[in-house]
Amino acid sequence: MTVRTGSNGAAGITPTVEVSILRSTPPDQSKRRSKGLQKAMGALFAVLMTALLVAAPAAQATTPSPSPSPQQFQNNISGFLRDDTRAPIPGVKITARGNGFEGSATSSANGSWSIGVPTQGTYEVELDTSTLPEGITLAEGQENPRSVTFSQTSNLSVIFAFGKGIVLQEQNLAQNVLNRLVAGLSFGLLLALASVGLSLIFGTTGLTNFAHGEMVTLGALSVFVFNGLGLPLWIGIALALVVGAGFGFLQDSVLWRPLRLRGTGLVPMMIVSIGLALATRYLYQFFFGGATQQLPGAQVSDVQIGTLSLSPNTLWSLLVSAVVIGTLGFVLLKTRLGKATRAVADNPALAAASGIDVDRVIRIVWVVGGVLAALGGILWAYYRPGVTWDMGSQILLAIFAGVTLGGLGTVFGALIGSLVVGVFIELTSLVLPPDLKYVGALVIMIIVLLFRPQGILGRRERVG
Amino acid sequence: MDFGSIFGLALGEFLTPTTAAYALAALGLAVHFGYSGLLNFGQAGFMAVGAYGFAISTLTFNVPFIVGLLIAILCAVAFALLLGVPTLRLRADYLAIVTIAAAEIIRYIVTTNTLFRITGSADGLSSFQREFDTFNPFPEGTYIFGWSNRDLYVRVVCWAVVILCALTVWLLMRSPWGRVLKGIREDENAVRSLGKNVYSYKMQALIIGGILGALAGLLFTLPRGSVQPANYATDLTFFLWTVLLLGGMSTVLGPIVGAMIFWVVLSLTQNVLSGLIESGAVTFISTVQAGQLRFILVGVALMLLMIFRPQGVFGNKKELAFA
Repeated sequence: MTVRTGSNGAAGITPTVEVSILRSTPPDQSKRRSKGLQKAMGALFAVLMTALLVAAPAAQATTPSPSPSPQQFQNNISGFLRDDTRAPIPGVKITARGNGFEGSATSSANGSWSIGVPTQGTYEVELDTSTLPEGITLAEGQENPRSVTFSQTSNLSVIFAFGKGIVLQEQNLAQNVLNRLVAGLSFGLLLALASVGLSLIFGTTGLTNFAHGEMVTLGALSVFVFNGLGLPLWIGIALALVVGAGFGFLQDSVLWRPLRLRGTGLVPMMIVSIGLALATRYLYQFFFGGATQQLPGAQVSDVQIGTLSLSPNTLWSLLVSAVVIGTLGFVLLKTRLGKATRAVADNPALAAASGIDVDRVIRIVWVVGGVLAALGGILWAYYRPGVTWDMGSQILLAIFAGVTLGGLGTVFGALIGSLVVGVFIELTSLVLPPDLKYVGALVIMIIVLLFRPQGILGRRERVG
Repeated sequence: MDFGSIFGLALGEFLTPTTAAYALAALGLAVHFGYSGLLNFGQAGFMAVGAYGFAISTLTFNVPFIVGLLIAILCAVAFALLLGVPTLRLRADYLAIVTIAAAEIIRYIVTTNTLFRITGSADGLSSFQREFDTFNPFPEGTYIFGWSNRDLYVRVVCWAVVILCALTVWLLMRSPWGRVLKGIREDENAVRSLGKNVYSYKMQALIIGGILGALAGLLFTLPRGSVQPANYATDLTFFLWTVLLLGGMSTVLGPIVGAMIFWVVLSLTQNVLSGLIESGAVTFISTVQAGQLRFILVGVALMLLMIFRPQGVFGNKKELAFA
């Protein structure tokens, strides 16, 4: 082609200009020291990752999974049997039939039961009332057998209520909406953890990172593995965050920084990130298998707070992510590092010219992005609940929707966008069938792009 | 381990209908990305629209084959318009996100149990290919490579469609229309300053590539006589991108050869690995893991290709859609 001028030429030149400015910025000595540090850190995390991956199959074998769970299949129908005084009911037989499959399970000492099924779909679940202990009957209005349908997750909870003459309270609409609203806020905030990282990375490097879902999965998988090694939960979570940070660091130092220095375009980098996502996702499946596992304390029954009826994990998740995002907002707005980050996001060349070490800021953004994604993944594992090899890629599009809604590259936009997406997904599930849960959010994203392509907080000139 | 049969199986992959479908879908991507610079990450959606458009109109409305075909193509056109209108004026990455989201919306909608009567939900639809089979001109019997008459028939049809489409694309890209398209890929503003309607050209390219995708969806489903939503996940799109990058993105032959290399290599690695596992030479992975190993390789190949040889096997580095 002969028409090879304008923006293409400019795009080719810009990165080199940035780099030459950068080279003059950091003093030589610190540069050498940071290089040594970089190698050491790289080696450390390489070892950590290998340990993690080698440990995974072993951990899978000794998983502390609850009760008699036939984990041969990827999908589970499960639940807890508790009577009206919340005491567990053991030894009750439950059968699931459907899609040419029949399986049964008996509830364990803590009342939990789980039936592995080959495919997601609609099943008929029947509780064998003859195996119920004396004096305990199903509550009135409890369908048995009943037909249940999988939504997007591979775990389906079925709740049977027991009691003498107790009629299950019909929840009114307002109460339902309120429940969904709080759950949606919790979901939105955990989405925000991932999307703020994605947005920061996009803002500072221009990369649309399709491998971000795998960074989310890594957090939950690591907690599961560390827990399988017998470490206490809180240490497992702390280590998982370190692994997340390490993955972010490793990605930037091994892959993205060299590509930036080569002056690779944004579209090729986007496609590289897709390759990375595919490779990492199937690597997880290779070591972890296709089964759904549970983190400790993931399957708990709902608590009643006023008129709200929610899982305590949802409330914890809400609290944790709100605190983390609040801290992040403070750092971004008030500290030197935060200001430097925003400066780089605004205009990398100008930031470099005013003495900001752009590469260091980007490195920190990757590490922070990795930590946030890992934390989001842990919370997502509790929210669903369940850990699977593809859990991150399941919400990747919801994360993208949040980021796009808020405005690509704007951090607070990503927060607001994710909240909107989270609440919207939960509220639409009142109207839409559960297996169409995510469709509403994606449709809204496309409609918003039609009318306000720069997103809620984006500036018009960003879109071009 | 029987190397003869392993190579036989691998060679058989050259001409399977699935290879043809991948080639055609990747050709559509070449029109989108290689020639016009449009980042379409929803080619799986176009394939699903084609396959389901045909299957539903045949099964639910009992239309004849040719009408079903037209409906599939019309569905793809409508889908392209739906995607193009909001995004073609925006930056490239918006189209990427919208197309991948739209493809997932299609998959969610054909998976939902609510529409079980029409889409068959997760089980999908089957036996919509009967009329297609009645056109089979070959008498019963065993043909070359041990194919049955239906095997031969579907292969002839599939590759005829691929060759026909490849010729059409080749002619289109040599025409003045194709030159404008390549100009848009190189520099949109330069073309706009020459008085061309960039938006309309991009839309036409999106529609043509989408129709190729829908036809590929038919080539993918008609031979096997069934369509399942799980086959149209985002992974399919990413495999198509790997195929496109293997062959070379702004060539006509590239996607076809890319699809052949992709499937032959996949078949070779799968069969060699499972052969090694069965013979006891490899004990540390299972056959299931061997299957996953292939997809790890696909991901790594996609990264390495993009970094070290973005023009693919046949491509010309000067013709990349990005500098």
